[in-house]
Amino acid sequence: MTPPVDAAELRDLVPAVIAVLGRRGADFASAEDAVQEALIRALETWPDDPPRDPKGWLVQVAWRKFLDATRSETSRRGREVAVDAEPPAEPVPGTEDTLRLYFLCAHPTLPSSAAAALTLRAVGGLTTRQIAAAYLVPEATMAQRISRAKKRIAGLPLDQPGDLATVLRVLYLVFNEGYGGDSPDHTDLAAEAIRVTRQLAALTDEPEVAGLLALMLLHHARRDSRTGPGGRLVPLAAQDRGRWDTRLIAEGVAVLQAALARDRLGEYQAQAAIAALHADAPSAAETDWVQIVGWYDELLAITDSPVVRLNRAVAVGEADGAAAGLAALAEVAPDVPRHAAVAAHLHEHAGDLARAADLYAEAAGAAASVPERDHLTREAARVRQRIRDASAS
Amino acid sequence: MRYLILKHYQGGPGHPGMDYTPMDQWQPEEVDAHMQYMSDFARRLQDTGEFVDSQALSAEGAFVRHDGEGRPPVTDGPFAETKDLIAGWMIIDVESWDRALELAGELSAAPGAGGRPIREWLEVRPFLTAAPGKFV
Repeated sequence: MTPPVDAAELRDLVPAVIAVLGRRGADFASAEDAVQEALIRALETWPDDPPRDPKGWLVQVAWRKFLDATRSETSRRGREVAVDAEPPAEPVPGTEDTLRLYFLCAHPTLPSSAAAALTLRAVGGLTTRQIAAAYLVPEATMAQRISRAKKRIAGLPLDQPGDLATVLRVLYLVFNEGYGGDSPDHTDLAAEAIRVTRQLAALTDEPEVAGLLALMLLHHARRDSRTGPGGRLVPLAAQDRGRWDTRLIAEGVAVLQAALARDRLGEYQAQAAIAALHADAPSAAETDWVQIVGWYDELLAITDSPVVRLNRAVAVGEADGAAAGLAALAEVAPDVPRHAAVAAHLHEHAGDLARAADLYAEAAGAAASVPERDHLTREAARVRQRIRDASAS
Repeated sequence: MRYLILKHYQGGPGHPGMDYTPMDQWQPEEVDAHMQYMSDFARRLQDTGEFVDSQALSAEGAFVRHDGEGRPPVTDGPFAETKDLIAGWMIIDVESWDRALELAGELSAAPGAGGRPIREWLEVRPFLTAAPGKFV
């Protein structure tokens, strides 16, 4: 009795099978389509009839699908079948082939939504239907988005070095923007992003890949504590730290330390270091904010982004007091998302409750998600209650 | 990013509802041209992978509200004024706010009476996402 192959195991095989078809001469777009068809077939048939050699099965079925598609294409054009039905003995695809898939799927010429979708399909081994459901768009729309992306990258030279920064940005987007729906068969994009980043980290020893993996693991460790009853948002300081996943934290810290030891700091490593300091604190009050400010300074030196400046202002407010935080905030453009929320928090700590309440209300109006909006609305109401209590006493 | 393009007849800011010639008073070929434009537009968005949903609403319906414990809800309507109507919507999933505006602008150019673009005011609103982001 062959043990059943679980879905994650099956998905892990996808990039390697695409690479095999590529080695046999298939172009990327056709190979990827053929493997997607084989994957769907596997999902249908494997539960009842698991193959002895899962990868061999996928290669065989995908190759047949590829030949069928090529034959119908060539006969439509009235030409001879150019591809040999019996594949020649081929060299086993190496890490370079798989790595090239990552670069291709997240090619800088692609819009980020298309790059994310293609990466999830060709590298992550998800079906179009799963990707569409995760992004709340119709399957036909997602299929079209993926096929356009493949047309766009068709014919790109493959011998040029890939852009790792773009790959990491796409994986980061998938991790951060995935919809955490609660239907039984929903795809957890955060978990998928971690799985794919883990695979990438096994293929390359770039410290930033490890940095991104560590960052994801450290944030994922807090997943269960981030929401309360009814999907209510629980901010970091109020989270039940007993519910943080210590196994993920330990792994994240280990991955990060190994990366930092290479002495080639990058933005993901610096962000992961900040997440690790939060993870290390036994309570919110014991957070090492001074060190966190230090890492924000490192981060600013690497990438001077307004979002980093905004988050740094929060850390400065905790390390040096609300007045210092507000001074740091004064250097951040007011149109940066969440600016009003940070200003509200700092003004409340500085004792200006009326201003804080107005700013929380303003922040709620500008929130991008329902949980954030609701949280900020509650904050505004809470501070207004504080004002009423103060004037009553 | 997902956006709702909402089609109603209330006009825009500082622009009271325009007096549209009701569609049943257009020339048949003008109606056809309008319908064709709308379905071409939706199909094009399907092709670009930006289409999520498009729905039209019937002019029938009513206002309704709770009227106290144990009592049936109270209703009012049907709607007297055309400008109170929401005619329908389209939901798009696009890369940027600018792209959402570009598409809404095109939708507003659908041909109307006399074959001229209607140039109706459309409302474009971003969806709030369900997920707050992982970095809380």
